[in-house]
Amino acid sequence: MDNLLLETYVWPAFFVAGHSLLILVALLLWLAFFMYAERKIWGAVHLRRGPNVVGPFGLLQSFSDILKYLFKEVIFPTSSNKAVFLLAPIVTLFLALSAWAVIPVAEGWAVSDINVGILYIFAISSLGVYGVIMGGWASNSKYPFLGALRSAAQMVSYEVSIGLVIITVLLCVGSLNLTDIVMAQQTVWFAIPLFPMFVIFFISALAETNRPPFDLPEAESELVAGFMTEYSSTPYVVFMIGELANIVLMCAMTTILFLGGWLPPFDVAPLNWVPGVVWFLLKMTFMCFMFSMVKAIVPRYRYDQLMRLGWKVFLPISLFWVVLTAGVIQYFGLAG
Amino acid sequence: MTLTTLAFYLFATVSVASAFMVISARNPVYSVLFLILTFFNSAGLFVLMGAEFLAMILVVVYVGAVAVLFLFVVMMLDIDFAELNEGFLQYMPIGATIGLILLLELLLIFGASTQLVSQSALPQATPEGMTNAEAIGRVLYTDYIYYFQAAGAVLLVAMIGAIVLTLVKSENPRRQSIAAQNARRREDGVELVDIEPGQGL
Repeated sequence: MDNLLLETYVWPAFFVAGHSLLILVALLLWLAFFMYAERKIWGAVHLRRGPNVVGPFGLLQSFSDILKYLFKEVIFPTSSNKAVFLLAPIVTLFLALSAWAVIPVAEGWAVSDINVGILYIFAISSLGVYGVIMGGWASNSKYPFLGALRSAAQMVSYEVSIGLVIITVLLCVGSLNLTDIVMAQQTVWFAIPLFPMFVIFFISALAETNRPPFDLPEAESELVAGFMTEYSSTPYVVFMIGELANIVLMCAMTTILFLGGWLPPFDVAPLNWVPGVVWFLLKMTFMCFMFSMVKAIVPRYRYDQLMRLGWKVFLPISLFWVVLTAGVIQYFGLAG
Repeated sequence: MTLTTLAFYLFATVSVASAFMVISARNPVYSVLFLILTFFNSAGLFVLMGAEFLAMILVVVYVGAVAVLFLFVVMMLDIDFAELNEGFLQYMPIGATIGLILLLELLLIFGASTQLVSQSALPQATPEGMTNAEAIGRVLYTDYIYYFQAAGAVLLVAMIGAIVLTLVKSENPRRQSIAAQNARRREDGVELVDIEPGQGL
């Protein structure tokens, strides 16, 4: 009896906990260096040096920043709603991290390889808007509130096109499982036959994660810092890490949906000796680089332009592609 | 007594408790937040029943979209709590009646379900070798496609109706013409004039 309990619950629990911890630590390290790399890239684009003081080449800059924030005082605005105010960054971070439970970094490496993996990620990432709304409302201040309202409209709008893009991919795969989605790309990555969808997904991912050119919820020239205006110290850091984790999550999703996950570009000798996780990380690095470059070189959209792009351009195009893909698959009998 | 049972009681308790908080919280924003918690726990219950597709769709649709709009509206309302409580007694009979009817209906369904097992209102296991999503797709798009399409048409009509009702026709509508804006060239808007000193234009 005791043995059974150990074998069915205790050891698997330990294994899952260890696995999750490993992914968490790896992800947080990735985020720290992603932050550093971003600042270096922006620096290079702007002909500046970027962070170069803390540690060799400024490599430890992110850690010093985080420590700096942690030691500052947490300030609550007057008559703010304290519970919700603190809950907001926690929700953001928690959601951003919990989505990683199903990401297969290499074959069979996901903590939980569930049947509806892609839906799970879609569901979790669509909840990211709550952190922003709650933070904006609880701050009891004008700019955060306006930022939150903008964000709610923006994220809900772009979720629609992201959903339709995911549907086109799913039509080609015939399964909601992330491993199946990657394995379906063995002949050709979906970025090639579904190139327009790849572009739409990338742009929608920018909007969904509030990145420039769609950073309207925190547009500093209009709203100070949007929903984060009143945040300081640890809650602020938690918000920042949550946002960054969401960005990296979007990079991972693009990698899985369009760039063939852990698969090498061509299944030939020198390329398929490299372990899958290396390919996955390389592709993710490429996507993160694209995110940084967009922030460095593209000016911010106006709010009406953002809405027009989402509803009048992306929605019809992606809807058309869903119908087209379904038609092609049905006509040529490609359904798996 | 396994982990599943424990998880069931956890989800069920939290979901009932938070559903109670939805109607008893004084701040409507809290109500919506508790509503979200209820949805989440219901999704957990779906997962326990093996209906993971439904669980995810519940989160995507209700939590990700519907509740966001609720929260959006509720946050912008400027609510006077004293005024809100004033009408309580006035509206109580109607509310109580509706609640009573709902309760009776639920009891009727529970009472009848034992006799209606053959008509399968009760949950059934998904057929062998089929995923959840596939089974639902079969039912919706193959067995009941016409009903499904009819429901879609009704929703479309409702949507168009809502748009028509709220559309305000103004005398002098200011519309953007994106094509005209994009087609504008520098020559259309800027004119370089060489002005002689002391003359002006």
